Amino acid sequence: MSSHTASETKKSLKQDLFEHPDFYALDDLLTEEHKLIRSSVRDFVKRNISPYIEDWAQRAHFPYEIVRKFGEIGAFGPTLPEEYGCGGLDYISYGLIMQEIERGDSGMRSTASVQGSLVMYPIYKFGNEQQRKKYLPKLASGEWLGCFGLTEPDHGSNPSGMVTHFKDMGDHFLLNGAKMWISNSPKADVAVVWAKNEAGRIQGLIVERGMEGFSTPETHGKWSLRASTTGELVFDNVKVPKENLLTGKDGLGAPMMCLDSARYGIAWGAIGAAMDCYESARRYAAERIQFGKPIASFQLVQKKLAEMLSEITKAQLLNWRLGVLMNEGKATTPQISLAKRNNVHVALEIAREARQIHGGMGITGEYPIMRHMMNLESVVTYEGTHDIHLLILGNKITGIPAFV
Amino acid sequence: MKILVCITHVPDTTSKINFTDNNTRFDTTGVQFIIGPYDDYALARAIELKEAGGASVTVLNVGLADTEPTIRKALAIGADDAIRVNADPTDSFFVGAQIAEQVKAGGYDLILMGRESIDYNSGVVHGIVGELLGIPSISPVMKLEFEGTKAKLAREIEGGKEYLEVSLPFVAGCQEPIAEWKIPNMRGIMSARTKPLKVVEPVAVDSGVQLQKFELPPAKGSVKMVSADNVAELVTLLKNEAKVL
Repeated sequence: MSSHTASETKKSLKQDLFEHPDFYALDDLLTEEHKLIRSSVRDFVKRNISPYIEDWAQRAHFPYEIVRKFGEIGAFGPTLPEEYGCGGLDYISYGLIMQEIERGDSGMRSTASVQGSLVMYPIYKFGNEQQRKKYLPKLASGEWLGCFGLTEPDHGSNPSGMVTHFKDMGDHFLLNGAKMWISNSPKADVAVVWAKNEAGRIQGLIVERGMEGFSTPETHGKWSLRASTTGELVFDNVKVPKENLLTGKDGLGAPMMCLDSARYGIAWGAIGAAMDCYESARRYAAERIQFGKPIASFQLVQKKLAEMLSEITKAQLLNWRLGVLMNEGKATTPQISLAKRNNVHVALEIAREARQIHGGMGITGEYPIMRHMMNLESVVTYEGTHDIHLLILGNKITGIPAFV
Repeated sequence: MKILVCITHVPDTTSKINFTDNNTRFDTTGVQFIIGPYDDYALARAIELKEAGGASVTVLNVGLADTEPTIRKALAIGADDAIRVNADPTDSFFVGAQIAEQVKAGGYDLILMGRESIDYNSGVVHGIVGELLGIPSISPVMKLEFEGTKAKLAREIEGGKEYLEVSLPFVAGCQEPIAEWKIPNMRGIMSARTKPLKVVEPVAVDSGVQLQKFELPPAKGSVKMVSADNVAELVTLLKNEAKVL
């Protein structure tokens, strides 16, 4: 964590001119409300993220004040009901919110989607009314920050091998173990932690900062998602009150349901980052003169731009259709896997191509390209690696699971 | 305090401007519409006054049904209810007369709007409304505070600032930095769905303005660079090409 404070943040003088490409007139499929949600979050990003993000990322500074701001705009758990301080919006709206935030930065989107999909969603879905009332309004407003503990140092793609466990001590549970690569953990007030009970079943527990034996060391030296904070969760004989157990569902299926919701948001978010790279490359190619003419007039540059727009358009269609299926409650895990894997993959490719169009400028903080590219190198393996998503699809196609 | 905020529905500032129907109509194809930026400042200040307690905010737009998404945005930002006067806002007097009518009907204490719209930029509607109602009209207002029922205003004048004290009711044409633009949040967008939006028919007004045609400004010419030590060439160019000497 940098020692700089928010007030020392350097504001970029460059104006964020982003407008989204809509080659297949997909805006016609959106309601006026969807468009207002998108433009509001875009304005929010242009005001609160774009002017500062290069500085935050360069200094590996997590701007904690953004948590309250996300709460104010309503970016935390927007699909959950209004009675808990949430938005009660549909999944297309959720996708658009994630798209616009990640257009600003994948790390900022990670902060928002962890809070919404991985902390608030399980408390809402698997928690009781008392837990919902205690945690959701504070998480929705950004008064509290949350994190999600599933991955362990030795168990990433294979979460069912987790060793973190808890024992029933009569009046409380005793939690031991450690989690790693946890977004938001160093600043989190609450953690939804997945651990095995004495019968070996995975269950969710809400662990609060301040509980004895619970610590959250920060992971330093990341070359990716530098403006978001990542760390560990360490449980050394942590006494967790019994009322903090999520009893609505047990087994690996419970955290997997959360991941479906988060992965859906990532499918939209990654295309936000891709659109930012494409738009920046398109503008740069029109302005950059080589051999006496804009580089946009060269065939190989046009090829890159044409391929980028093709992939963005296909991914936008995928997202929209998946959003409709989510709204109807019909989206399946393999369908979400397909979109997450495809969209992050194409976004990463687009960032790399955009980097080439920008030439040397593409590696500087003058343009968002290298930051998006490095961020997407995390996004391509978190929340199910590229390969694991291929195997989820492979299993769906053949009926043969290749990862067990 | 009952506040009425009058908003315009105008093309986004980056829109490409074209005309149709033999240059007599603005071509709205592909144009994004927004709340007039100056009106947006007025709205933001009204919401701040409401949040400070004791005020209600109604937004008003003179426009056809296509302006409703813009009105809904104002509701999402925090206005309590809205009125749409169902008419094409053909000229400033027509619009001013409609607003004055609604102020009389609704008994508003404070009428805020932008200093001008950013499409036709006439900048006279606040004056017309004040005149029709026989109440003060002040513009461009950059600061608006209340002490009881007395308002303290700062307004920009030629070469300086003027500080005024005004009693309600009055009309103010607003500009920055009266408040910071507000971005609607998700809860605001959801609640805007169910806030009342009343559509009323316009009153008849004898319009004194007839629109003849639109014309785009001439395209910008290219720039010719003349070296600083070549004054003779510059003079020749100014004489023969630019024909300004």
